[in-house]
Amino acid sequence: MTATTATAPAGSAGARPLTSRVSPLDGLKQSATLAWRTVVQVRHNPWELSDFSIQPIMFVLLFTFVFGGAIQGDWRAYLEFVVPGMFVMNMLFVTMYVAQGLNTDLTKGVFDRLRSLPIARWSPLAGRIAADQVKQIWSIFLVALTGVVLGFRPDAGWLGLLWATLLLLGFALAFSWVSVLIGLTAKDPERVQIFGFTFLFPITFVSNVFVPAESIQIGWLRWFIEHNPVSVLSDAVRGMIHGGPVMTPTITSLIWAAVITLIFAPLSVRTFKRKV
Amino acid sequence: MDHAIWAEGLVKHFGETKALNGVDLSVRTGTVLGLLGPNGAGKTTAVRILATLLRPDAGRAVVGGFDVQREAHQVRQLVGLTGQYASVDEQLTGTENLLLIGRLLGMSRSAARARAKQLLNQFELSDAAGRAAKTYSGGMRRRLDLAASLVGEPPLLYLDEPTTGLDPRARNELWELIRGLVAGGTTVLLTTQYLEEADELADEIVVIDHGKVIATGTPDELKAKTGAQTLAVRPADPAELQVVVSVVGELAAATPDVQGGLVTAQIGDPQVLPAVVRRLDDAGVVVTELALRTSSLNEVFLSLTGRGVEEEDVQDEPADQAVQTEGSRA
Repeated sequence: MTATTATAPAGSAGARPLTSRVSPLDGLKQSATLAWRTVVQVRHNPWELSDFSIQPIMFVLLFTFVFGGAIQGDWRAYLEFVVPGMFVMNMLFVTMYVAQGLNTDLTKGVFDRLRSLPIARWSPLAGRIAADQVKQIWSIFLVALTGVVLGFRPDAGWLGLLWATLLLLGFALAFSWVSVLIGLTAKDPERVQIFGFTFLFPITFVSNVFVPAESIQIGWLRWFIEHNPVSVLSDAVRGMIHGGPVMTPTITSLIWAAVITLIFAPLSVRTFKRKV
Repeated sequence: MDHAIWAEGLVKHFGETKALNGVDLSVRTGTVLGLLGPNGAGKTTAVRILATLLRPDAGRAVVGGFDVQREAHQVRQLVGLTGQYASVDEQLTGTENLLLIGRLLGMSRSAARARAKQLLNQFELSDAAGRAAKTYSGGMRRRLDLAASLVGEPPLLYLDEPTTGLDPRARNELWELIRGLVAGGTTVLLTTQYLEEADELADEIVVIDHGKVIATGTPDELKAKTGAQTLAVRPADPAELQVVVSVVGELAAATPDVQGGLVTAQIGDPQVLPAVVRRLDDAGVVVTELALRTSSLNEVFLSLTGRGVEEEDVQDEPADQAVQTEGSRA
């Protein structure tokens, strides 16, 4: 018995010449198509859209008006402090959609369908992460809009806000690898949510997103908050938006982003290869 | 002979589970091979290896002339995959799902749109084209699944349990569609737990169990080999059970099975029935039940392996069982 080439049967368009590999350009196109798919999913799923649209607005309103007065005596002053922190918090929460979507694809069998196609192996991941960046921009826009409506003004000018956005997107890119690992490891999408929030809530709330680190009276806790990468990133974003020290927190943030990527990208890729 | 799929000595273990334990397969171009077996037999694992989704621990497989491991990209260009494990996106509409595949296959926007429209028409999904796939019925879902695997007009099609969980009407509709594709020249690898399905569609059947091939042949050969029909006899007086067993055992091809006063045996020749009646009459045995029925998958397995598959495994939990055993690679 010999294995001979199967010629495409008559009447089929399968006679097109076969390629032996995916060109990087095609890989990018495929990633863009898969990112498009994720954006279309959101359009069909108003629940998800409202989830990451209402949440940023709600948090800004909640913290400004309910806690703002108690934390800083004046909600207007607190608004200026908390909006940059909100950018950071929402960025972290939005990265969890990568885990959610990835896990849903894996458990529902969509991933097998994609992998059976002659597409670049990395394009499903790249597509997810690219779509996540669209969600990030939307979420940043909503926080900024809500803030501006309430009276928030970037003291360092709008260009500062643009720089902050770029830094946030870069950090989101790095943090997406954590999300990818969670998405690949969790047994089902519900567990992604539980895992994501038990991990994200402590690192976001035990930071200077909502309160200045100086207000913490317990020494070790204050030390932790000052060195928490979430605080460092918030410092950088605050500096860019309102002026103040920018260089040190920005460089430290970028180092953190690099460290997170160096740890989690290989872990995720290894899990990805083993899993699929 | 021109083989579209050819595999030799495929082995795949998931921890302790030996999903495949040395499987040989070959499918001639333009024919349908039915891979028949109970849940957990290794059917899905075999399909996943042949679709380049899984690497075998040992063995070799060639699809369309390309090695599934070294030339996976070429294989992917030849194969369309449909099954419980290769699904459409529930949140996208029918059109969007097909558009997505078309674009991923490198079609232009307009070509992908035209192809999607054509497939939706062909599969009678035009009315539901703009609705999210999660609103589809089971039969519509499978039709969309099948359409999605056909976007690139692949010369080879893998159907992994395409009708499991469908009602008889939807099953018949899907069979018709598959027959149409085969008539168009597509080579099909079909896995199923239903003997009837393999019988309806396959040119050749490979029966696997516990990761091993236990029988190969055309449906007719297999029936002849396993006994196409089952004879069931129940004596009025349980004391005469032994007489019935010896009469049936003498005339039937296989050793009879006794369960709660009912004697059953595989028979290859329908002439056995009148012969059994005559012999029992001569012996003065009164029977309350006498029947000749088509063998169930269970009985085919019984005669092939000497043991049955649990009925509930085959009929009641089509998907879950397989997910646990074959999907435990995660």
